[in-house]
Amino acid sequence: MSALLETRGLSRSFSGLRAVHEVDFTLPEGQVRALIGPNGAGKTTFVSMLVGRLAPSSGTVLFDGRDVTGLPVHARVRLGMAYTFQITSVFLRLSLHENVALAARRRLGGDGLAVERAVREALSRVGLLEHARRNAEELSYGHQRLLEIAMGIAQKPRLLILDEPTQGLADGEIADFKALLGELARETTILLIEHNMSVVMEVAEKITVLNFGEVLAEGSPEEVHADPRVQAAYLGVPDVAG
Amino acid sequence: MSETARILALHAGLVALLLVLNFVLPAYPQGNLARIMVLASYAIGYNVLFGYTGLLSLGHAMFFAAGMYGMGLSMRHLGFPAGPALLAGLGAGAALSLVVGLLALRTAGVAFMIVTLMFAQAVYLAILLFGKYTRGDEGFVIPQADRVLAGIDLSDPFNRYFVALALFSFCLFSVLWLIRRPAGRVLVAIRENEERARLLGYDVFAHKLGAVVASGTISALAGAFYGLLFGYAGASFAAVQYSILPLLWVLLGGAGTIIGPFIGTLFMFYLIDLTSGLTSAYMLIAGVALVLLTLFAPQGLAGELRKRLWRWLP
Repeated sequence: MSALLETRGLSRSFSGLRAVHEVDFTLPEGQVRALIGPNGAGKTTFVSMLVGRLAPSSGTVLFDGRDVTGLPVHARVRLGMAYTFQITSVFLRLSLHENVALAARRRLGGDGLAVERAVREALSRVGLLEHARRNAEELSYGHQRLLEIAMGIAQKPRLLILDEPTQGLADGEIADFKALLGELARETTILLIEHNMSVVMEVAEKITVLNFGEVLAEGSPEEVHADPRVQAAYLGVPDVAG
Repeated sequence: MSETARILALHAGLVALLLVLNFVLPAYPQGNLARIMVLASYAIGYNVLFGYTGLLSLGHAMFFAAGMYGMGLSMRHLGFPAGPALLAGLGAGAALSLVVGLLALRTAGVAFMIVTLMFAQAVYLAILLFGKYTRGDEGFVIPQADRVLAGIDLSDPFNRYFVALALFSFCLFSVLWLIRRPAGRVLVAIRENEERARLLGYDVFAHKLGAVVASGTISALAGAFYGLLFGYAGASFAAVQYSILPLLWVLLGGAGTIIGPFIGTLFMFYLIDLTSGLTSAYMLIAGVALVLLTLFAPQGLAGELRKRLWRWLP
């Protein structure tokens, strides 16, 4: 497996505060990777630099072997990155159909039939097809999150970055979401930022733990789970690995 | 009836109605309506940027004036006939909107409003500064003998109405076509959620620039025709009130609707026309009407129509 995404020495500070510091990160094509860490560990800052919403203070981002550090957001998305927001960000006053169509059209252009097919496929995969004509603002929060995922699917990305997708979802919705994620994992590379450990443990093939802006540990779910430094970071007990 | 058929029927129906009116209206309302259609074309241009893209410009008079003076000055000083003069006005508007777009779009929100306002003031002052050529405040008349397009005498009220209607229909259907295309849908997406549009891979700057140029060019086209049809170009058309007026027309008629700019222009024109016959405090009445509409129909007349009756209204 070749690396689809790679960062070298990626850093970002905010007025002296090191939010992300010298992160070397490699994500092979086809993997489902979870990125975890306590609040304020720099997870969202890190992925914001991956998609280009935030410029790094130093370091580089490589996508499919190409240096994309200087590229604007839309150019990175065109290369095959897709990002779903931590705080739901859909087109509230537009119909679900139009929300997903906007995601599909960038790839498919003016081919109306292909767009229509892609919209129906994406909406039915997240179970929202019957609501296609409703405006996004009429949906429940959980359904809006699913709409975000549908917009991600419709882009047919090579890398799908999901920023806390299960935040605010009910237990039943989380179970459905795990199943959906399992399906998506067969089609694309996924980087999942997630707090819900049951989702992480079941879905991720490999986990990267960030703490104070640095990579604290990396490995299989079992390895990471057993790592005393990770437990310390999460549980706040003295650093036994010291 | 499919949605597309309904939309076409409504807008073609409006154009057909306006066409019939040319044959039945007495001279005074015929002249008014010709003026309203040209001004509504200006409002349609404004609406591309404000209503569909969500960018509030306070300086659109510069584009209207660029069209008017591009047309008028090329006739007056270069001896252009009407057709090429119109194209000169169009070109002036396109060029100005490209330059202003490239500079003003580096800002957003309130700063964008201020920057467009300042550019428009600069254009207004430039017209006064070069009074030797533009005759400044006084303006200049475009002689009747020059107001002939393809053998048609544009000073004749019937012809003038007809050309105004042709311009209005062209602007109406071009913008209808634009906003139903993928690129037009992206403008709406930018208006609704710019960050999301960017993260779907759309070049937001390029789309906004396209919207400024389309909007400015349509406004310039309306300005060029206004000068040609009514035979006058003056600096007052570049002044700040001509930047505010299209905003009011679009707000009243319904921002982000195709038919709204026409309804708003018609409403405002007759509101002032009728009340000024009754009292010298007609702007007060116009002001009260504006306040009432803002309170009870905040989405404008066509916007309310869409909300309550016709959800398909584009």
